[in-house]
Amino acid sequence: MLSVALQVALGMVALAMALTVVRLVRGPTVADRILALDTLSINAIALLLLAGMLLQGAMLFEAALLIAMTGFVSTAALCRFLLRGDVIG
Amino acid sequence: MLIEIVASVLVLLGGAFTLVGSIGLVRLPDFFTRLHAPTKAATLGVGGIVAAGLVQSAAAGTMGLRELAIALFLFITAPVSAHLLSKAVLRHRDPPGS
Repeated sequence: MLSVALQVALGMVALAMALTVVRLVRGPTVADRILALDTLSINAIALLLLAGMLLQGAMLFEAALLIAMTGFVSTAALCRFLLRGDVIG
Repeated sequence: MLIEIVASVLVLLGGAFTLVGSIGLVRLPDFFTRLHAPTKAATLGVGGIVAAGLVQSAAAGTMGLRELAIALFLFITAPVSAHLLSKAVLRHRDPPGS
């Protein structure tokens, strides 16, 4: 039963990622695109967690942790670029 | 059996919250409303999936520290990045509702 629920949830998260890509392509401002990228990384974390539970592989959780860290750092850097025009300096 | 039911419900709840967040990201009209939807949904969606993973690993007898670390990191960083985004937009644009 849990594997069926995991597969249904994987489908939901995949659909959510497709909708996020729609906003990433269409988004009227730069901030919308940054927000869509941030949401995309969070959806990828959810996808990797579900796949790790389904496949019983511990390696996928570490990949999810790495995506969490790089996603946050990239969002912070892009926001700083939007605020000041440069990232470092 | 009971553990499996609880884990399945949590997984489905997390997936549904993630989907609702992305639907809100596409359909809501303004940037600040669009900022609202995925931030809440990310916390609750990933939180539900992580809770299901914790239930599953507790039933298997292991601790599931990785899931806990991911959830902790996301719960700390999601509000920070949302605040940074709203600050960056407010600097450049009129405040919402005007």
